[in-house]
Amino acid sequence: MAIPIATDTMTKAAVSLNKEEILRYSRHLIMPEVGMEGQLKLKQAQVLLIGTGGLGAPLGLYLAAAGVGRIGLVDFDVVDFTNLQRQITFSTEDVGRKKTEAARDRLSHMNPQIQIDTFETRLTSENALELFKDFDIIVDGTDNFPTRYLVNDASVLLGKPNVYGSIFRFEGQATVFGYPGGPCYRCLYPEPPPPGLVPSCAEGGVLGVLPGIIGSIQAMETIKLILGVGEPLVGRLLLFDALGMRFRELKLHKNPACPICGERRTINKLIDYEEFCGIRGEEAVPVTTGIPEISPRELKTRLDRGDNLYILDVREPHEYQICNIHGNLIPLGDLPRRVSELDSSREIVAHCRSGKRSADAVEFLRKAGFRKIWNLRGGILAWSDEVDPTVPKY
Amino acid sequence: MPVKVIVPTPLRRFAEQRSSIECDAATVGDALRQLTTDYGELRKHLYTDEGRIRSFVNVYLNDEDIRFLKQEQTQTKDGDTITIVPSIAGGVEIAGRQFIG
Repeated sequence: MAIPIATDTMTKAAVSLNKEEILRYSRHLIMPEVGMEGQLKLKQAQVLLIGTGGLGAPLGLYLAAAGVGRIGLVDFDVVDFTNLQRQITFSTEDVGRKKTEAARDRLSHMNPQIQIDTFETRLTSENALELFKDFDIIVDGTDNFPTRYLVNDASVLLGKPNVYGSIFRFEGQATVFGYPGGPCYRCLYPEPPPPGLVPSCAEGGVLGVLPGIIGSIQAMETIKLILGVGEPLVGRLLLFDALGMRFRELKLHKNPACPICGERRTINKLIDYEEFCGIRGEEAVPVTTGIPEISPRELKTRLDRGDNLYILDVREPHEYQICNIHGNLIPLGDLPRRVSELDSSREIVAHCRSGKRSADAVEFLRKAGFRKIWNLRGGILAWSDEVDPTVPKY
Repeated sequence: MPVKVIVPTPLRRFAEQRSSIECDAATVGDALRQLTTDYGELRKHLYTDEGRIRSFVNVYLNDEDIRFLKQEQTQTKDGDTITIVPSIAGGVEIAGRQFIG
């Protein structure tokens, strides 16, 4: 049972397909579920992609291939070498380029018939409503909780569907929020997790092809909404387990008490989402006041001098295999259980990849009574930069 | 009632990498309590200090959210599946700290 999405696209000036487009989209046109009428709906549709990364890549590619008439790309990031493992719109030559520009080039190469607008900006409460208002469907391909809530709230306030996808390691989720009568993100998750509780792709890692699958599902749902065919994932949370290769579905209910889409709306404007997610004040540089630190150069000096330092590596075993500075490995999660292996009379320097996890380790050990404990500022990445470039960065 | 509890990926490290656990429980709450008794580190990820399920974690009995059933008092039957679904967001560079309380 398909409910066509109510948009203003039907009132726009009638458009048609030229000969080239008819040939390009012939495999759509010969299907009764699409046909000329459906392809014209695609041509008139305006879809905004929030994020051009792992999810945004297959999304953009398939929406462009399908002939969505206007695609907006929102991203403020540049292409990083580590992105190439999964962000398939980008090539090696794109490293260092703005993602919106590299994606626009790739998509327009594939389909010069469509309009691609880039918004090289961080999505904020100040710009979201203005950015969203001219688009019909918002597709959330972002990678952090504050933006998820921002995209949700802006979509709900403007009455636009929000095609949601998210991933972690080898699991993914997909659904359609913000559809008339359907739930929104806040109905599912009224509050975000505290910062750090759910690991990131940078720490958790991700199977490159996973966002390819979930992003493609998001593209499929977007196209179904535009065409008004099939059953969109409204009120259904699709769970994907890549390792088991299993799809499951859970019911999503609209929460009548939802503060933004419920019966009594209490959220009428966009809020400070970083504060909501508790990360106001968390800086990229993990210097926490009170955590004693040592720089890589200082550590090197002390080791060369023969000081009896105990190097505690709190990373995971597979990270140790990538590179290490011969530290003693106790993964952070195991530390509470293995703290008796440490000698509090010795001077201990804790390190991880970038200095964040080891800062937590130092904080934990200080609370446990350790006094001669320091955090290696910047972790093994900084060690590679400042002391020993032969140590690979990852 | 023998039921299966599915452990989501982000929490498997606290359950000896198990993806699912079999247990005997009359209610969803019983099953979760057994889970967090057998794997103590899971407790703080699933429950607040006051003993309530954390709000960014959803629990389903088969395909229904227990918030729309009888919460943790929801009764189980043979062969039911309890799924824990935490919110995930993809790759977050900012939040790098693990919760070790």
